[in-house]
Amino acid sequence: MQYLLSVIHDQRELAPSDEMAAIDEFNDRLQADGHWVFAGGLGFPDTATVIDNRGAAPVVTDGPFVETKEFLAGFWIIEAPDLDAALKLAAEGSKACNRKVEVRPFL
Amino acid sequence: MNGSDVGDAVNRAYRAEWGRLVAVLARRFGDLDLAEDAAAEAFAAAVERWPSDGVPANPGAWLTTTAKRKAIDRLRRESKRAGKHQEAQVLFDDQPPEPLGAVEDERLRLIFTCCHPALAMPARVALTLRMLGGLTVADIARAFLIQESAAAQRITRAKTKIKAARIPYRVPSEEDFRERVSGVLAVLYLIFNEGYLSTGVGSDPVRSELTDEAIRLTRLAHALMPDDGETAGLLALMLFTEARRATRLSATGELITLEEQDRGSWNAALITEGRALMRARLATGQKPGPYQLLAAINAVHTSARDVRDTDWSQILDLYDMLTCLDPSPVIALNRAVAVAEVDGPVVALAAVDRLAEDLAGYHAYYATRAELLRRLDRHAEARLAYDEAIELAGNSAEAATLKRRRDLLAS
Repeated sequence: MQYLLSVIHDQRELAPSDEMAAIDEFNDRLQADGHWVFAGGLGFPDTATVIDNRGAAPVVTDGPFVETKEFLAGFWIIEAPDLDAALKLAAEGSKACNRKVEVRPFL
Repeated sequence: MNGSDVGDAVNRAYRAEWGRLVAVLARRFGDLDLAEDAAAEAFAAAVERWPSDGVPANPGAWLTTTAKRKAIDRLRRESKRAGKHQEAQVLFDDQPPEPLGAVEDERLRLIFTCCHPALAMPARVALTLRMLGGLTVADIARAFLIQESAAAQRITRAKTKIKAARIPYRVPSEEDFRERVSGVLAVLYLIFNEGYLSTGVGSDPVRSELTDEAIRLTRLAHALMPDDGETAGLLALMLFTEARRATRLSATGELITLEEQDRGSWNAALITEGRALMRARLATGQKPGPYQLLAAINAVHTSARDVRDTDWSQILDLYDMLTCLDPSPVIALNRAVAVAEVDGPVVALAAVDRLAEDLAGYHAYYATRAELLRRLDRHAEARLAYDEAIELAGNSAEAATLKRRRDLLAS
């Protein structure tokens, strides 16, 4: 079972080096324990571009699809047997990156 | 056996077996929806067959076998409909019914799944009452004064989340156990409190169907986790509170306060049972948690034959211990009531006034303040405090009592 762990943040600053070190350590552990699928940090929402090609021609819009105070700062995709295991990993991840984390199952 | 005897037998079996049946089926088929439907179909079959075939010697075993067959039938139909035509061979069960010990474990799994912290509190409450308690969606809607469609949706969404997010069907590991049990107890206590002091406009002030159900489920939780102190403590707390139920409402529908209740009419059997639970906890020598301390406070109240015999200094000690574990403003407010008896209303009022900001809008804050002001003969201020408490009281009987007490003030 795969889960998306979304890192939620509301400040415009990058993680300081001690947080980056904690994240690296957490990532190493995910890999060593076989939970790792993929992970990445994202650019700020104002670097986003939305494209809508449902109509006759693609429409390009500057900015994120929804303006909110909180935004997606990064994510992990993990492999876990059930929600309890995923929540445990998400708790560690939240501590490591010092941000809130949303846990959501893949279909 | 006549028709009504059979009806009684079905009802008895429903009360005794529903939760167990759902739990066993959920374990076997890994699907709460299927478990709920198959359990309901088994009871429908009992209603149809028992009048002509007679009530089986072991109704639980009959229901389990029937429900498993219904579940397998349903899975077969669904797999045919899906065009897969796979025989649900793996699902056949030639095993005899599980021994009782193993079955009880299944209900414990069900409790922890229904009360999982990933579910919102109203969903946990509804799911627990439906799956474990066997209340219908209509019962739950009535109990919480919501539309039946809203109650149904709460349950459906919770089941969907359990399946999609794969909330496990198991007893939590030792490291999570304590925290998860307190989540379960919070659900049971909420059900009890909603019955004990109903908040709905126009609802009965005390709804025994909810307090009864909460006690029944907490008894079950205690039977499944006999060594857990807080489960025992919550059960004792409910029993002491329930013991006073008959004396809590006057003929005119007013709530009667503890000091005014007819102590001779308290239910002695429930008090004895609660005391036995407390004694067993004391014998373990383990430190009591919040529910055990609340139960102990109630035990002190129930052991006073007359309100004047109440050992308030012991109650205050217990509140001090409780404050260490849970420094919440509501606990501080209740502690102030004991302070009034030990150190007098002036000291108590000072303590209550410090809570003004935290408890603004909480009716009990104004009611407690009103009582203290009345005792200090500050009648004009007491009247204002009563007015605010009456305005905010969600419970009709409580509002009636507050009005009477306000109207007794000299103007």
